[in-house]
Amino acid sequence: MITPTVEPMLDPTAEAAPVMRERIAPPADLTGKTIALLSIGKERSAEFLDYLADELTNRGHSVRRVAKPTHTKRAPDAVLQDIVENCDVVVEALAD
Amino acid sequence: MASTYVAVVKRECPTCELVEPLLATLDQASSLVVYTQDDPAFPAGVSTREHDTTLEKSHRLKVHTVPTVIRLDDGEETGRVEGWERGAWQQLTGIDGLGEDLPQMQPGCGALNVEPGMPERLAVLCGDIDLKARTIDVSPLDDPVEVAYDRGWSDGLPVVPPTAVRVARMLTGTDRAPQDVVGLIPPNLNECTIEKVAINAVMAGCKPEYMPVVLAAIDAVLDENFSMHGLLCTLHSAGPVIVVNGPVTKRIGMNWAGNVFGQGNRANATIGRALQLIVRNVGGGIPQEIDRAVFGNPGKYTFCFAEDETDPEWVSLAESRGVARGTSAVTVFHGEGPSLFFDAVARTPEELTTAMAVALWNVTHPRAPKTVSGGALLVIGPDHYALLKSHGWDRERLTSALWDALKRPRDLVVKGAGGIAQGAEPTDPEIIEKFHPESFLIARAGGLGGGMSAVIGGWTAHRIRDEIRPSTREIH
Repeated sequence: MITPTVEPMLDPTAEAAPVMRERIAPPADLTGKTIALLSIGKERSAEFLDYLADELTNRGHSVRRVAKPTHTKRAPDAVLQDIVENCDVVVEALAD
Repeated sequence: MASTYVAVVKRECPTCELVEPLLATLDQASSLVVYTQDDPAFPAGVSTREHDTTLEKSHRLKVHTVPTVIRLDDGEETGRVEGWERGAWQQLTGIDGLGEDLPQMQPGCGALNVEPGMPERLAVLCGDIDLKARTIDVSPLDDPVEVAYDRGWSDGLPVVPPTAVRVARMLTGTDRAPQDVVGLIPPNLNECTIEKVAINAVMAGCKPEYMPVVLAAIDAVLDENFSMHGLLCTLHSAGPVIVVNGPVTKRIGMNWAGNVFGQGNRANATIGRALQLIVRNVGGGIPQEIDRAVFGNPGKYTFCFAEDETDPEWVSLAESRGVARGTSAVTVFHGEGPSLFFDAVARTPEELTTAMAVALWNVTHPRAPKTVSGGALLVIGPDHYALLKSHGWDRERLTSALWDALKRPRDLVVKGAGGIAQGAEPTDPEIIEKFHPESFLIARAGGLGGGMSAVIGGWTAHRIRDEIRPSTREIH
């Protein structure tokens, strides 16, 4: 078993922000935003996202459906890049 | 109370092997602790032997050579001997006849704790250096270069991970204490310590010997009349251009010759980058946030070069700004990217300067007078300098000729002339000047061939003569 060691780094900033990086603040409202509905690839997640897509579309929001091929692996770069390129907000859906 | 002794040795040192039996003799006569740097079984015949695996003991004892024998009285050092020297060993130990069968003397070997890179490593391990920056842990599965990107520390290019050992090594490049404050870095006016400078210099790829130049450049841009804040925030393309003069340029291997504004020289590349990283990381100056540049320019990654001082008859840029010959200095200028001025046809200095003046009038806008235009940093290439020198022209003559050649009749550059809206006001003087003298600088650099010089256009805020000026600082 390889156990890599990585030396810590010294902070080059003025240390005005917390060490733990903050999450990006969610948008104040969804007007004009495109919402990615990301299926994680588990059974029935599409069923849940279909419902969500209808609800959001009925409220006038733009929706883009994206999916991981399988829930057992991380999302391929192409899927992540598609979201970054085309969407503002992501709903990542698990459904059992 | 009797003296006690401490010895530091390593097996791979022939002198340590030579004195091995003497250490056993000393151990029997007195109290002796031996620290061995390599082989834990060496030396034989002593009762108290410790393997100095981390070399911390050797470092704390300030050992440079093995063998070293130190005498302690009441816990205080009262003498030490390095290597083998019979008389000195006999005097230190008080043992008559010690080592009579050995040669008179034999020098020792370098200790492992002073091998290259070790002193800084041990200084960090032992807490000798006053480092206050918080540490950012990196998961064993993460790449520190990617962590630095994720945290927004990079200018877009990979940075060298600023580990404590690298920062400690960088700090050897300055005599100043790590917690000395160099100033308040705009735009957020955050306090910047020598330690923060060193961290960013590590990330930029600097060597420790560049630190004095980086520190002088920071001091120069923090001059109130340089206005680093304004230069950062401006819509204009300009960024800080650093010109380095004096002996330091040779000492740290800077480039003033071929491809002087291009890639390939570590000192040129990393000193300018360190300054920009400090503005980004300590000051909080982020492009598309407070940095409102419409275009920016590639020099905002780094723009730093040395002046060609190979001709002692040339008065350097630093000298022209009051720095004594032989003293190193930086001059910072608010500059755009360089624009080539190519003229291999001029055969007299007058032909050359007349053409240069036309090129210089293109700074900001071809009709912008000094009340609108940025200044300029004109960099004379070697071929053009050879032409000037062959006619006996020095800096003073060149400056004066350019100044005259830059004058334009108002009618030629007035607003609306030739269908161009931009220009001098109809109420301006009859003779229009292009620059304020404070923001028109001349330096020498570049490689041989081609008949070339370069114009580095200045920031349009140079029009505000009393507020925005280039800045020069000596390097200490």
